[in-house]
Amino acid sequence: MSTLVIAEHDGTQLDVATLGLLGAARQLGEPVHLLVLGHGVVSVAAEAAMVDGVAQVWLADDAAWQSPSAESLARLIEALMPAHQTLIAAHRMLLRAALPRAAARLQAAYLSDVVGIESGRRFVRPMYAGSVLAQVQVQAERCLLTLRPAGFAPVAGTQAACPVSAAPVVAVDDRSRLAHRETLSSTRPDLSRARVVVAAGRGVGACEHMALVEQLADRLGGAVGASRAAVDAGFAPNAIQVGQTGKTVAPDVYLAFGISGAIQHLAGIKDAGVIVAVNKDPDAPIFSVADLGLVGDLFEALPALTTGLPAAA
Amino acid sequence: MQVLVFVKRVVDHNVKVRVRADGTGVDTAGLKMSMNPFDEVAVEQAVRLRQAGVAGRVTVVACGPAVTQDVLRTALAMGADHAILLDPGAGSGEGPALIEALAALVQREGADLVLCGKQAIDDDLGDTVPMLAARLDWPQALSVNRLERTGDGLTVDCDGDLGLEQWQLPLPAVLGVDLRLCDPRAISLPNMMKAKKATITTVALAELAQGADAAALAPRFAVTGCATPPARAPGQRVDSLPQLLERLRQLPALNAGA
Repeated sequence: MSTLVIAEHDGTQLDVATLGLLGAARQLGEPVHLLVLGHGVVSVAAEAAMVDGVAQVWLADDAAWQSPSAESLARLIEALMPAHQTLIAAHRMLLRAALPRAAARLQAAYLSDVVGIESGRRFVRPMYAGSVLAQVQVQAERCLLTLRPAGFAPVAGTQAACPVSAAPVVAVDDRSRLAHRETLSSTRPDLSRARVVVAAGRGVGACEHMALVEQLADRLGGAVGASRAAVDAGFAPNAIQVGQTGKTVAPDVYLAFGISGAIQHLAGIKDAGVIVAVNKDPDAPIFSVADLGLVGDLFEALPALTTGLPAAA
Repeated sequence: MQVLVFVKRVVDHNVKVRVRADGTGVDTAGLKMSMNPFDEVAVEQAVRLRQAGVAGRVTVVACGPAVTQDVLRTALAMGADHAILLDPGAGSGEGPALIEALAALVQREGADLVLCGKQAIDDDLGDTVPMLAARLDWPQALSVNRLERTGDGLTVDCDGDLGLEQWQLPLPAVLGVDLRLCDPRAISLPNMMKAKKATITTVALAELAQGADAAALAPRFAVTGCATPPARAPGQRVDSLPQLLERLRQLPALNAGA
Protein backbone atom coordinates (compact mmCIF):
# COMPACT_ATOMS: atom_id res chain seq x y z
CA MET A 1 0.00 0.00 0.00
CA SER A 2 1.15 3.59 -0.48
CA THR A 3 1.18 6.84 1.44
CA LEU A 4 -0.52 9.92 0.04
CA VAL A 5 0.81 13.33 1.09
CA ILE A 6 -1.02 16.61 0.52
CA ALA A 7 1.51 19.16 -0.75
CA GLU A 8 1.83 22.62 0.77
CA HIS A 9 2.50 25.36 -1.79
CA ASP A 10 1.76 29.02 -2.51
CA GLY A 11 0.41 28.53 -6.01
CA THR A 12 3.80 29.01 -7.60
CA GLN A 13 6.19 26.68 -5.84
CA LEU A 14 6.28 24.00 -3.17
CA ASP A 15 6.61 25.13 0.41
CA VAL A 16 9.46 23.76 2.53
CA ALA A 17 6.76 22.22 4.76
CA THR A 18 6.11 19.69 1.97
CA LEU A 19 9.63 18.35 2.47
CA GLY A 20 8.90 17.73 6.15
CA LEU A 21 5.63 15.96 5.28
CA LEU A 22 7.49 13.80 2.76
CA GLY A 23 10.14 13.08 5.39
CA ALA A 24 7.42 11.75 7.67
CA ALA A 25 5.90 9.73 4.81
CA ARG A 26 9.26 8.17 4.06
CA GLN A 27 9.37 6.78 7.62
CA LEU A 28 6.35 4.64 6.79
CA GLY A 29 8.36 2.77 4.19
CA GLU A 30 5.68 2.62 1.52
CA PRO A 31 5.70 4.26 -1.94
CA VAL A 32 4.89 7.95 -1.56
CA HIS A 33 2.36 9.81 -3.69
CA LEU A 34 1.91 13.59 -3.59
CA LEU A 35 -1.37 15.46 -4.15
CA VAL A 36 -1.06 18.98 -5.56
CA LEU A 37 -4.30 20.93 -5.56
CA GLY A 38 -5.05 24.48 -6.57
CA HIS A 39 -5.71 26.53 -9.67
CA GLY A 40 -3.01 27.06 -12.28
CA VAL A 41 -0.57 24.81 -10.41
CA VAL A 42 0.80 22.63 -13.22
CA SER A 43 4.29 24.01 -12.53
CA VAL A 44 3.98 23.11 -8.83
CA ALA A 45 3.10 19.56 -9.86
CA ALA A 46 6.12 19.47 -12.19
CA GLU A 47 8.36 20.61 -9.34
CA ALA A 48 6.77 18.02 -7.03
CA ALA A 49 7.49 15.23 -9.52
CA MET A 50 11.21 15.93 -9.19
CA VAL A 51 11.39 15.76 -5.38
CA ASP A 52 13.45 12.76 -4.37
CA GLY A 53 11.34 9.77 -3.34
CA VAL A 54 8.00 10.79 -4.84
CA ALA A 55 6.63 7.88 -6.89
CA GLN A 56 3.55 9.62 -8.33
CA VAL A 57 2.03 13.11 -8.33
CA TRP A 58 -1.74 13.59 -8.43
CA LEU A 59 -2.86 16.95 -9.77
CA ALA A 60 -6.23 18.52 -9.00
CA ASP A 61 -6.15 21.76 -10.95
CA ASP A 62 -9.40 23.68 -11.06
CA ALA A 63 -10.86 27.00 -9.92
CA ALA A 64 -12.76 24.99 -7.31
CA TRP A 65 -9.48 24.07 -5.58
CA GLN A 66 -8.27 27.64 -5.17
CA SER A 67 -10.13 28.10 -1.86
CA PRO A 68 -12.00 24.87 -1.24
CA SER A 69 -14.40 24.24 1.58
CA ALA A 70 -13.53 21.42 3.98
CA GLU A 71 -16.55 19.55 2.64
CA SER A 72 -15.27 19.66 -0.96
CA LEU A 73 -11.74 18.67 0.04
CA ALA A 74 -13.15 15.76 2.04
CA ARG A 75 -14.86 14.51 -1.14
CA LEU A 76 -11.57 14.58 -3.06
CA ILE A 77 -9.77 12.73 -0.27
CA GLU A 78 -12.58 10.17 -0.15
CA ALA A 79 -12.12 9.56 -3.89
CA LEU A 80 -8.33 9.19 -3.65
CA MET A 81 -7.91 7.22 -0.45
CA PRO A 82 -9.07 3.73 -1.36
CA ALA A 83 -5.81 3.45 -3.31
CA HIS A 84 -3.65 4.36 -0.29
CA GLN A 85 -3.19 3.18 3.27
CA THR A 86 -2.13 6.43 4.91
CA LEU A 87 -2.75 10.11 4.23
CA ILE A 88 -0.38 12.73 5.65
CA ALA A 89 -1.17 16.45 5.70
CA ALA A 90 -0.05 19.56 7.58
CA HIS A 91 -1.70 20.34 10.91
CA ARG A 92 -3.63 23.44 9.86
CA MET A 93 -7.24 24.58 9.92
CA LEU A 94 -8.53 23.48 6.50
CA LEU A 95 -6.93 20.04 6.77
CA ARG A 96 -8.03 19.59 10.40
CA ALA A 97 -11.56 20.18 9.14
CA ALA A 98 -11.40 18.06 5.97
CA LEU A 99 -9.45 14.98 7.10
CA PRO A 100 -11.74 13.85 9.94
CA ARG A 101 -14.77 14.39 7.69
CA ALA A 102 -13.19 12.15 5.04
CA ALA A 103 -12.05 9.65 7.68
CA ALA A 104 -15.61 9.21 8.93
CA ARG A 105 -16.84 8.40 5.43
CA LEU A 106 -13.88 6.06 4.77
CA GLN A 107 -14.16 4.35 8.19
CA ALA A 108 -10.52 5.30 8.58
CA ALA A 109 -8.68 6.39 11.72
CA TYR A 110 -8.01 10.10 12.11
CA LEU A 111 -5.15 11.34 14.28
CA SER A 112 -4.29 15.00 14.59
CA ASP A 113 -0.98 16.63 15.47
CA VAL A 114 1.14 13.49 15.16
CA VAL A 115 4.62 14.21 16.47
CA GLY A 116 6.23 10.79 16.14
CA ILE A 117 6.00 7.75 13.89
CA GLU A 118 6.91 4.43 15.51
CA SER A 119 5.67 2.19 12.71
CA GLY A 120 3.16 2.20 9.87
CA ARG A 121 0.42 1.69 12.44
CA ARG A 122 1.79 3.24 15.65
CA PHE A 123 2.03 6.97 16.18
CA VAL A 124 2.72 9.46 18.96
CA ARG A 125 0.58 12.52 19.53
CA PRO A 126 0.18 15.03 22.37
CA MET A 127 -2.82 15.15 24.69
CA TYR A 128 -3.84 17.47 27.54
CA ALA A 129 -2.31 20.56 25.89
CA GLY A 130 0.93 18.71 25.24
CA SER A 131 1.53 17.70 28.85
CA VAL A 132 1.13 14.03 27.88
CA LEU A 133 2.48 12.11 24.89
CA ALA A 134 0.19 9.27 23.85
CA GLN A 135 1.24 6.24 21.87
CA VAL A 136 -1.61 5.30 19.57
CA GLN A 137 -2.15 2.02 17.71
CA VAL A 138 -4.26 2.27 14.56
CA GLN A 139 -6.82 -0.53 14.25
CA ALA A 140 -8.67 0.58 11.11
CA GLU A 141 -7.37 -0.42 7.71
CA ARG A 142 -6.51 3.18 6.77
CA CYS A 143 -5.44 6.26 8.67
CA LEU A 144 -5.45 9.97 7.97
CA LEU A 145 -2.95 12.08 9.90
CA THR A 146 -2.16 15.72 10.42
CA LEU A 147 1.28 16.59 11.67
CA ARG A 148 3.63 19.53 12.17
CA PRO A 149 6.02 19.45 9.19
CA ALA A 150 8.81 21.16 11.14
CA GLY A 151 8.93 18.22 13.54
CA PHE A 152 10.16 15.77 10.89
CA ALA A 153 13.48 15.57 9.04
CA PRO A 154 12.79 16.95 5.56
CA VAL A 155 13.64 15.08 2.37
CA ALA A 156 16.28 16.65 0.19
CA GLY A 157 17.48 16.08 -3.32
CA THR A 158 15.88 15.64 -6.70
CA GLN A 159 15.07 12.80 -9.06
CA ALA A 160 14.07 12.36 -12.65
CA ALA A 161 10.42 13.42 -12.82
CA CYS A 162 7.92 10.76 -11.79
CA PRO A 163 4.52 10.56 -13.53
CA VAL A 164 1.98 13.34 -12.99
CA SER A 165 -1.64 12.26 -13.37
CA ALA A 166 -4.97 13.96 -12.97
CA ALA A 167 -6.69 13.35 -9.65
CA PRO A 168 -10.27 12.05 -9.89
CA VAL A 169 -12.81 14.74 -10.59
CA VAL A 170 -15.32 15.13 -7.77
CA ALA A 171 -18.38 17.30 -7.42
CA VAL A 172 -17.74 20.37 -5.29
CA ASP A 173 -19.84 20.64 -2.12
CA ASP A 174 -21.14 24.17 -2.53
CA ARG A 175 -23.73 24.23 0.24
CA SER A 176 -21.40 26.51 2.24
CA ARG A 177 -20.29 29.72 0.62
CA LEU A 178 -17.19 31.74 1.53
CA ALA A 179 -18.46 35.29 1.80
CA HIS A 180 -15.27 37.00 2.90
CA ARG A 181 -11.72 36.25 3.98
CA GLU A 182 -9.38 38.59 5.85
CA THR A 183 -5.71 38.23 5.18
CA LEU A 184 -2.96 39.44 7.44
CA SER A 185 -0.18 41.71 6.26
CA SER A 186 1.95 39.84 3.79
CA THR A 187 5.09 41.84 4.46
CA ARG A 188 6.00 39.65 7.42
CA PRO A 189 6.68 35.91 7.13
CA ASP A 190 3.85 33.48 7.84
CA LEU A 191 3.69 32.73 11.57
CA SER A 192 3.73 28.94 11.15
CA ARG A 193 6.87 29.08 8.99
CA ALA A 194 8.83 32.04 10.39
CA ARG A 195 12.42 31.47 11.57
CA VAL A 196 11.97 34.20 14.20
CA VAL A 197 8.78 34.94 16.14
CA VAL A 198 8.29 37.86 18.52
CA ALA A 199 5.26 37.23 20.73
CA ALA A 200 3.22 39.53 22.94
CA GLY A 201 1.52 38.49 26.15
CA ARG A 202 -0.93 40.25 28.43
CA GLY A 203 2.00 42.18 29.88
CA VAL A 204 2.22 44.24 26.69
CA GLY A 205 -0.91 45.83 28.06
CA ALA A 206 -2.50 47.76 25.23
CA CYS A 207 -2.96 47.98 21.49
CA GLU A 208 -0.71 51.04 21.23
CA HIS A 209 2.19 49.07 22.72
CA MET A 210 2.01 46.37 20.04
CA ALA A 211 4.01 48.72 17.82
CA LEU A 212 7.05 48.00 20.00
CA VAL A 213 6.60 44.26 19.40
CA GLU A 214 6.09 44.79 15.68
CA GLN A 215 9.20 46.94 15.43
CA LEU A 216 11.36 44.20 16.93
CA ALA A 217 9.79 41.61 14.64
CA ASP A 218 10.51 43.79 11.61
CA ARG A 219 14.08 44.43 12.75
CA LEU A 220 14.66 40.68 12.99
CA GLY A 221 12.69 39.80 9.85
CA GLY A 222 10.29 37.77 11.95
CA ALA A 223 6.58 37.20 12.47
CA VAL A 224 4.42 38.56 15.30
CA GLY A 225 2.59 36.16 17.60
CA ALA A 226 0.46 36.56 20.70
CA SER A 227 -0.78 34.61 23.67
CA ARG A 228 -4.49 33.94 24.14
CA ALA A 229 -4.52 36.48 26.97
CA ALA A 230 -3.28 39.20 24.63
CA VAL A 231 -5.88 38.31 22.02
CA ASP A 232 -8.68 38.17 24.59
CA ALA A 233 -7.58 41.56 25.93
CA GLY A 234 -8.11 42.89 22.43
CA PHE A 235 -4.67 44.01 21.38
CA ALA A 236 -3.81 41.21 18.99
CA PRO A 237 -5.94 39.52 16.31
CA ASN A 238 -7.12 35.88 16.64
CA ALA A 239 -5.06 34.84 13.66
CA ILE A 240 -1.73 35.31 15.46
CA GLN A 241 -2.64 33.44 18.63
CA VAL A 242 -0.06 30.79 19.48
CA GLY A 243 -0.96 27.82 21.65
CA GLN A 244 -3.06 24.69 22.21
CA THR A 245 -6.06 26.12 20.44
CA GLY A 246 -4.25 28.53 18.10
CA LYS A 247 -1.24 28.26 15.85
CA THR A 248 1.79 26.08 16.44
CA VAL A 249 5.14 27.62 15.58
CA ALA A 250 8.62 26.18 15.10
CA PRO A 251 10.98 29.13 14.77
CA ASP A 252 14.71 29.05 15.44
CA VAL A 253 14.11 31.80 18.01
CA TYR A 254 10.90 32.55 19.91
CA LEU A 255 10.96 35.78 21.91
CA ALA A 256 8.15 36.03 24.45
CA PHE A 257 7.40 39.39 26.05
CA GLY A 258 5.00 39.61 28.98
CA ILE A 259 3.85 36.03 28.45
CA SER A 260 3.34 34.05 31.64
CA GLY A 261 3.76 30.67 29.99
CA ALA A 262 0.53 28.80 30.69
CA ILE A 263 0.71 25.18 29.56
CA GLN A 264 -1.81 25.92 26.82
CA HIS A 265 0.61 28.47 25.33
CA LEU A 266 3.66 26.23 25.67
CA ALA A 267 1.82 23.58 23.63
CA GLY A 268 2.23 25.84 20.61
CA ILE A 269 5.96 26.44 20.92
CA LYS A 270 7.39 23.03 21.73
CA ASP A 271 9.33 22.88 18.45
CA ALA A 272 10.96 26.29 18.91
CA GLY A 273 14.77 26.23 18.81
CA VAL A 274 15.62 28.85 21.40
CA ILE A 275 12.97 30.31 23.69
CA VAL A 276 13.72 33.76 25.09
CA ALA A 277 11.49 35.27 27.76
CA VAL A 278 11.20 38.71 29.29
CA ASN A 279 8.68 39.04 32.11
CA LYS A 280 8.61 41.13 35.25
CA ASP A 281 7.32 38.18 37.30
CA PRO A 282 10.24 35.98 38.40
CA ASP A 283 7.85 33.10 39.06
CA ALA A 284 6.27 33.12 35.61
CA PRO A 285 6.13 29.51 34.31
CA ILE A 286 7.66 30.64 31.00
CA PHE A 287 11.04 30.75 32.74
CA SER A 288 10.95 26.99 33.25
CA VAL A 289 11.07 26.46 29.49
CA ALA A 290 13.00 29.54 28.40
CA ASP A 291 16.56 28.95 27.28
CA LEU A 292 17.29 32.59 28.02
CA GLY A 293 15.28 34.48 30.59
CA LEU A 294 15.33 38.01 31.90
CA VAL A 295 13.19 39.20 34.77
CA GLY A 296 12.65 42.74 33.66
CA ASP A 297 10.55 45.39 32.02
CA LEU A 298 9.51 44.53 28.48
CA PHE A 299 8.98 48.23 27.71
CA GLU A 300 12.73 48.72 28.21
CA ALA A 301 13.72 45.44 26.60
CA LEU A 302 11.77 45.77 23.36
CA PRO A 303 13.31 49.06 22.15
CA ALA A 304 16.75 48.03 23.42
CA LEU A 305 16.65 44.80 21.41
CA THR A 306 15.28 46.59 18.37
CA THR A 307 18.26 48.93 18.25
CA GLY A 308 20.86 46.57 19.71
CA LEU A 309 20.33 43.49 17.52
CA PRO A 310 21.50 43.37 13.93
CA ALA A 311 18.88 44.03 11.27
CA ALA A 312 17.81 40.99 9.29
CA ALA A 313 19.22 40.75 5.78
CA MET B 1 -34.74 25.79 14.78
CA GLN B 2 -34.02 23.02 17.32
CA VAL B 3 -30.55 22.93 18.78
CA LEU B 4 -28.63 19.95 20.10
CA VAL B 5 -25.43 20.55 22.06
CA PHE B 6 -22.96 17.74 22.69
CA VAL B 7 -20.80 18.23 25.78
CA LYS B 8 -17.91 16.27 27.20
CA ARG B 9 -16.87 15.78 30.82
CA VAL B 10 -13.12 16.30 31.01
CA VAL B 11 -10.37 16.92 33.55
CA ASP B 12 -10.71 20.58 34.57
CA HIS B 13 -8.46 22.86 32.54
CA ASN B 14 -6.66 24.13 35.63
CA VAL B 15 -5.64 20.67 36.78
CA LYS B 16 -2.27 19.21 35.86
CA VAL B 17 -2.65 15.58 34.80
CA ARG B 18 -0.13 12.91 35.63
CA VAL B 19 0.85 9.86 33.67
CA ARG B 20 0.53 6.56 35.54
CA ALA B 21 3.85 5.10 36.63
CA ASP B 22 3.33 2.03 34.44
CA GLY B 23 2.79 4.25 31.41
CA THR B 24 -0.60 2.78 30.57
CA GLY B 25 -2.48 6.05 30.71
CA VAL B 26 -3.38 9.16 32.61
CA ASP B 27 -4.49 8.88 36.23
CA THR B 28 -7.73 10.86 36.56
CA ALA B 29 -8.88 9.38 39.88
CA GLY B 30 -9.78 12.14 42.33
CA LEU B 31 -9.15 14.92 39.83
CA LYS B 32 -11.66 17.73 39.44
CA MET B 33 -13.80 17.18 36.34
CA SER B 34 -15.73 19.86 34.46
CA MET B 35 -17.59 20.48 31.26
CA ASN B 36 -15.11 20.95 28.41
CA PRO B 37 -14.72 24.77 28.28
CA PHE B 38 -15.46 24.90 24.54
CA ASP B 39 -18.67 22.93 25.09
CA GLU B 40 -19.71 25.35 27.82
CA VAL B 41 -19.53 28.12 25.21
CA ALA B 42 -21.67 25.99 22.89
CA VAL B 43 -24.34 25.58 25.61
CA GLU B 44 -24.31 29.33 26.28
CA GLN B 45 -24.71 30.13 22.57
CA ALA B 46 -27.60 27.67 22.25
CA VAL B 47 -29.40 29.17 25.24
CA ARG B 48 -28.91 32.69 23.84
CA LEU B 49 -30.41 31.57 20.52
CA ARG B 50 -33.47 30.28 22.35
CA GLN B 51 -33.77 33.40 24.50
CA ALA B 52 -33.59 35.53 21.35
CA GLY B 53 -36.45 33.52 19.88
CA VAL B 54 -34.22 32.15 17.12
CA ALA B 55 -34.17 28.57 18.43
CA GLY B 56 -37.09 26.62 19.84
CA ARG B 57 -35.55 24.08 22.18
CA VAL B 58 -32.06 23.31 23.45
CA THR B 59 -31.22 19.66 24.10
CA VAL B 60 -27.88 18.87 25.69
CA VAL B 61 -26.24 15.46 25.39
CA ALA B 62 -23.25 13.83 27.07
CA CYS B 63 -21.83 10.32 26.96
CA GLY B 64 -20.40 8.47 29.94
CA PRO B 65 -21.18 6.69 33.20
CA ALA B 66 -23.81 8.05 35.60
CA VAL B 67 -21.39 10.56 37.16
CA THR B 68 -21.42 12.42 33.80
CA GLN B 69 -24.81 13.79 34.82
CA ASP B 70 -23.06 16.59 36.70
CA VAL B 71 -22.10 18.39 33.47
CA LEU B 72 -25.61 17.88 32.11
CA ARG B 73 -27.03 19.53 35.24
CA THR B 74 -24.63 22.45 34.75
CA ALA B 75 -26.01 22.83 31.21
CA LEU B 76 -29.59 22.68 32.51
CA ALA B 77 -28.73 25.33 35.11
CA MET B 78 -27.41 27.50 32.26
CA GLY B 79 -30.79 27.23 30.57
CA ALA B 80 -30.82 24.09 28.43
CA ASP B 81 -34.34 22.64 28.21
CA HIS B 82 -33.67 18.95 28.14
CA ALA B 83 -30.71 16.67 28.94
CA ILE B 84 -29.88 13.20 27.65
CA LEU B 85 -27.16 10.91 28.97
CA LEU B 86 -25.80 8.34 26.55
CA ASP B 87 -24.74 5.24 28.47
CA PRO B 88 -21.74 3.64 26.76
CA GLY B 89 -22.19 0.35 28.62
CA ALA B 90 -18.98 -1.63 28.33
CA GLY B 91 -17.62 0.54 25.51
CA SER B 92 -15.40 3.60 25.73
CA GLY B 93 -18.12 6.03 24.72
CA GLU B 94 -15.87 7.47 22.04
CA GLY B 95 -15.19 6.83 18.38
CA PRO B 96 -17.53 5.65 15.63
CA ALA B 97 -20.14 4.19 18.02
CA LEU B 98 -20.54 7.60 19.66
CA ILE B 99 -20.83 9.35 16.29
CA GLU B 100 -23.44 6.83 15.14
CA ALA B 101 -25.45 7.28 18.34
CA LEU B 102 -25.26 11.09 18.14
CA ALA B 103 -26.42 11.02 14.52
CA ALA B 104 -29.37 8.82 15.48
CA LEU B 105 -30.20 11.12 18.40
CA VAL B 106 -30.01 14.25 16.22
CA GLN B 107 -32.51 12.72 13.86
CA ARG B 108 -34.74 11.41 16.63
CA GLU B 109 -34.82 14.83 18.35
CA GLY B 110 -35.42 16.65 15.07
CA ALA B 111 -32.46 18.96 15.66
CA ASP B 112 -31.29 21.08 12.78
CA LEU B 113 -28.34 22.76 14.44
CA VAL B 114 -25.69 20.86 16.38
CA LEU B 115 -23.29 22.93 18.48
CA CYS B 116 -20.20 21.48 20.07
CA GLY B 117 -16.84 22.78 21.25
CA LYS B 118 -14.22 22.77 18.51
CA GLN B 119 -11.96 20.46 20.51
CA ALA B 120 -11.92 18.60 23.80
CA ILE B 121 -9.08 19.70 26.07
CA ASP B 122 -8.21 16.13 26.99
CA ASP B 123 -7.56 14.54 23.62
CA ASP B 124 -7.24 17.78 21.58
CA LEU B 125 -8.42 15.78 18.53
CA GLY B 126 -11.11 18.11 17.24
CA ASP B 127 -12.74 15.24 15.34
CA THR B 128 -16.29 15.08 16.74
CA VAL B 129 -17.76 17.95 14.73
CA PRO B 130 -16.38 16.94 11.29
CA MET B 131 -17.17 13.27 11.86
CA LEU B 132 -20.74 13.92 12.98
CA ALA B 133 -21.21 16.33 10.09
CA ALA B 134 -19.93 13.66 7.68
CA ARG B 135 -22.22 11.01 9.16
CA LEU B 136 -25.24 13.32 8.81
CA ASP B 137 -23.94 14.67 5.49
CA TRP B 138 -24.48 18.20 6.79
CA PRO B 139 -22.28 21.28 6.23
CA GLN B 140 -19.81 22.05 9.00
CA ALA B 141 -17.87 25.05 10.33
CA LEU B 142 -14.99 24.93 12.81
CA SER B 143 -13.55 27.46 15.22
CA VAL B 144 -16.66 29.60 14.99
CA ASN B 145 -16.28 32.87 16.87
CA ARG B 146 -19.39 34.68 15.62
CA LEU B 147 -22.78 33.31 14.65
CA GLU B 148 -25.83 34.97 13.16
CA ARG B 149 -29.06 33.61 11.77
CA THR B 150 -29.47 35.05 8.29
CA GLY B 151 -32.43 34.15 6.13
CA ASP B 152 -32.89 30.39 6.15
CA GLY B 153 -29.31 29.70 7.15
CA LEU B 154 -26.41 30.97 9.22
CA THR B 155 -23.53 33.39 8.76
CA VAL B 156 -20.47 32.43 10.78
CA ASP B 157 -17.02 33.89 11.33
CA CYS B 158 -14.35 31.20 11.64
CA ASP B 159 -10.62 31.14 12.17
CA GLY B 160 -9.00 30.09 8.90
CA ASP B 161 -5.37 29.48 8.02
CA LEU B 162 -4.81 32.98 6.70
CA GLY B 163 -7.13 34.89 9.00
CA LEU B 164 -10.81 35.33 9.70
CA GLU B 165 -13.23 33.75 7.23
CA GLN B 166 -16.91 34.46 6.92
CA TRP B 167 -19.05 31.59 5.66
CA GLN B 168 -22.72 31.29 4.87
CA LEU B 169 -24.19 27.87 5.48
CA PRO B 170 -27.67 26.48 5.08
CA LEU B 171 -29.37 24.61 7.88
CA PRO B 172 -29.11 21.89 9.03
CA ALA B 173 -25.45 22.20 10.05
CA VAL B 174 -22.87 21.16 12.66
CA LEU B 175 -20.66 23.86 14.22
CA GLY B 176 -17.51 23.60 16.33
CA VAL B 177 -17.27 26.71 18.49
CA ASP B 178 -14.26 28.64 19.75
CA LEU B 179 -14.04 30.28 23.18
CA ARG B 180 -14.47 33.70 21.61
CA LEU B 181 -18.03 33.02 20.47
CA CYS B 182 -19.52 34.14 23.78
CA ASP B 183 -18.88 34.13 27.52
CA PRO B 184 -20.75 31.43 29.46
CA ARG B 185 -23.05 32.90 32.10
CA ALA B 186 -22.51 32.42 35.80
CA ILE B 187 -25.01 29.94 37.19
CA SER B 188 -27.39 31.16 39.86
CA LEU B 189 -27.96 29.02 42.93
CA PRO B 190 -31.73 28.73 42.36
CA ASN B 191 -31.06 27.47 38.82
CA MET B 192 -28.53 24.94 40.08
CA MET B 193 -30.99 23.69 42.70
CA LYS B 194 -33.67 23.27 40.04
CA ALA B 195 -31.21 21.48 37.77
CA LYS B 196 -30.32 19.04 40.56
CA LYS B 197 -33.94 17.93 40.64
CA ALA B 198 -34.42 17.76 36.87
CA THR B 199 -34.97 14.45 35.13
CA ILE B 200 -32.21 13.35 32.82
CA THR B 201 -33.13 10.78 30.20
CA THR B 202 -30.63 7.95 29.89
CA VAL B 203 -30.32 6.08 26.60
CA ALA B 204 -28.01 3.16 25.89
CA LEU B 205 -25.44 4.02 23.21
CA ALA B 206 -25.77 0.52 21.81
CA GLU B 207 -29.51 0.95 21.33
CA LEU B 208 -29.05 4.13 19.27
CA ALA B 209 -26.18 2.72 17.23
CA GLN B 210 -27.80 -0.62 16.46
CA GLY B 211 -28.60 0.29 12.85
CA ALA B 212 -24.97 0.13 11.75
CA ASP B 213 -22.92 -3.05 11.40
CA ALA B 214 -20.34 -4.01 14.01
CA ALA B 215 -17.35 -3.39 11.75
CA ALA B 216 -18.44 0.19 11.14
CA LEU B 217 -18.72 0.82 14.89
CA ALA B 218 -15.41 -0.75 15.93
CA PRO B 219 -12.86 1.67 17.40
CA ARG B 220 -10.36 2.79 14.79
CA PHE B 221 -7.44 3.36 17.13
CA ALA B 222 -6.42 2.74 20.73
CA VAL B 223 -4.13 4.60 23.09
CA THR B 224 -1.59 1.99 24.11
CA GLY B 225 0.67 4.06 26.31
CA CYS B 226 1.27 7.49 27.78
CA ALA B 227 4.45 9.28 28.70
CA THR B 228 5.51 12.64 30.00
CA PRO B 229 7.25 14.56 27.24
CA PRO B 230 10.98 15.11 27.73
CA ALA B 231 11.59 18.42 29.46
CA ARG B 232 13.61 21.05 27.68
CA ALA B 233 17.12 21.39 29.06
CA PRO B 234 17.12 24.02 31.82
CA GLY B 235 17.74 27.50 30.54
CA GLN B 236 19.70 30.40 31.95
CA ARG B 237 18.65 33.60 33.59
CA VAL B 238 20.54 36.69 32.65
CA ASP B 239 20.73 39.53 35.14
CA SER B 240 20.50 42.52 32.87
CA LEU B 241 19.40 43.79 29.52
CA PRO B 242 22.98 44.26 28.24
CA GLN B 243 23.68 40.62 29.15
CA LEU B 244 20.58 39.51 27.28
CA LEU B 245 21.65 41.49 24.25
CA GLU B 246 25.09 39.94 24.34
CA ARG B 247 23.65 36.39 24.51
CA LEU B 248 21.14 37.09 21.75
CA ARG B 249 23.83 38.45 19.43
CA GLN B 250 25.53 35.06 19.66
CA LEU B 251 22.52 33.20 18.30
CA PRO B 252 23.09 32.16 14.67
CA ALA B 253 19.45 32.76 13.77
CA LEU B 254 19.67 36.41 14.80
CA ASN B 255 22.96 37.02 13.05
CA ALA B 256 21.89 38.20 9.66
CA GLY B 257 25.36 38.90 8.48
CA ALA B 258 26.82 35.57 9.58
